[in-house]
Amino acid sequence: MAKIEALMSWKDIPLGCYVLEAGSTMDYKTGDWRSQRPILDREKCTYCGLCYIYCPDGAYKDMGSEEKYYLVDLDYCKGCGICAYECPADAIEMLEEEV
Amino acid sequence: MAKRVGIEVSLALSEAVKMANADIVAAYPITPQTHIVEHLAELVAEGELDAEFIPVESEHSAMSTCIGSSASGARTFTATSAQGLALMHELLYMPPALRLPIVLAVANRAMSPPISIWNDHSDIMAERDTGWIQLFAENGQEVFDLTLQSFRIAEDPEVMLPVAVNLDGFTLSHVVESVIFPESDEVSKYLPPYKPAIRLDPENPVSMGIFGIPEIYTETKKATDVALLESKKTILKAWDEFGDIFGREYAPIETYETEGVDTILVTMGSISETAMTAVDEMRAKGKKVGLIKIRLWRPFPDEEFKAAVAGVKKIGVIDRCMTLGSHGGPVLMEIRSLLYAVADRPQVFGFMLGLGGRDATRDNFKYIYEQCQVLSEKGQDRHEMVGVME
Repeated sequence: MAKIEALMSWKDIPLGCYVLEAGSTMDYKTGDWRSQRPILDREKCTYCGLCYIYCPDGAYKDMGSEEKYYLVDLDYCKGCGICAYECPADAIEMLEEEV
Repeated sequence: MAKRVGIEVSLALSEAVKMANADIVAAYPITPQTHIVEHLAELVAEGELDAEFIPVESEHSAMSTCIGSSASGARTFTATSAQGLALMHELLYMPPALRLPIVLAVANRAMSPPISIWNDHSDIMAERDTGWIQLFAENGQEVFDLTLQSFRIAEDPEVMLPVAVNLDGFTLSHVVESVIFPESDEVSKYLPPYKPAIRLDPENPVSMGIFGIPEIYTETKKATDVALLESKKTILKAWDEFGDIFGREYAPIETYETEGVDTILVTMGSISETAMTAVDEMRAKGKKVGLIKIRLWRPFPDEEFKAAVAGVKKIGVIDRCMTLGSHGGPVLMEIRSLLYAVADRPQVFGFMLGLGGRDATRDNFKYIYEQCQVLSEKGQDRHEMVGVME
């Protein structure tokens, strides 16, 4: 059996195991759950933002004035493919991750 | 001045919640708990208790509401029985782990089927391991006092755990008893307003109920277990101060006529009163028998119990609950395993009695005493259902 190292002593766990700072889920990068990644075809993309709206993890970013495309943050994208499914311009393709 | 009132025990319990000045009551009615929440609804409607009464659509919702309420920093109360408690089951693990000091009254009732509205302890025993502090009341005064004490114990910064007050359905909940009501200034002296160090507050965001990966889950369980075991110190302190202010003494276990006896019977809840009478009658006939009543079921008072049975030869444990497919009821197993490592341990015999509202009589306790002698003679360690028709 693999040895499991505890993250911390039970004595150091905050009361009720509360997380006392907001936004800490950013520290937990879920991108390595992914088995396929979204690839955007910039020729087809109409910048409608539906990928950004539908992404259940908020992994797409509105780049504001910096960039007209909505770009995915692969640190958090779990590869569910909802963006590709919803894209009205068929601009997103899911590509198998190489093992 | 405190005053003595003749009152139905359920209503006395509700009055204790009123005197504790609860902020939120969320409940769903079920026999035999109904009068407790009915009376609380009245007290809120009539403006006697400045609380929010939330009539939810199920016990699952009742406990969910209580969790949210307590997490936001409100003093929170609910009550239920039997299948209602079972419907709360998955939620009952949350208040101990999230350290939410909810107070829950359980008017104990047998689990169906067959449908029974009557008393035994099978409802709360199914929730034994959820991490709640669990108290058992013997009479109406204890129901009132334990309810009041529960808020104080639960909300103590050293504890921050939920408390379940158990009162036997009907035999306690629906009986009119003489109960001493304290003055409200005495209550405020004993029970300060609830001020949690951390609560759900948009100005200071925290996350409660996060997920725990294998690298942390074990440690969180240890932390909760230590909190529950350590809570005994604060419970004892809360009982000492209660004695100082109100003049009534409480202890984790109570012994009755156990000096120099050879056999001790062990009970929890209202049958203890009948058992005391039976002990009196047996002692009048020269039998060396005494009684231990367990008031604090979780955390279990190991040291107190061991000390109370030191030197005793035979223990007859009475369970008002069936444990199907095993070797005896939960109280029997608790005590057998507690005493296993004790040198010269007594013989421990188990008896299931008073299931589904069947009367537990003085004769039953006398039979149990005699059976302890017979089984001891034969060297048998078995358990039996008292009065079952073959």
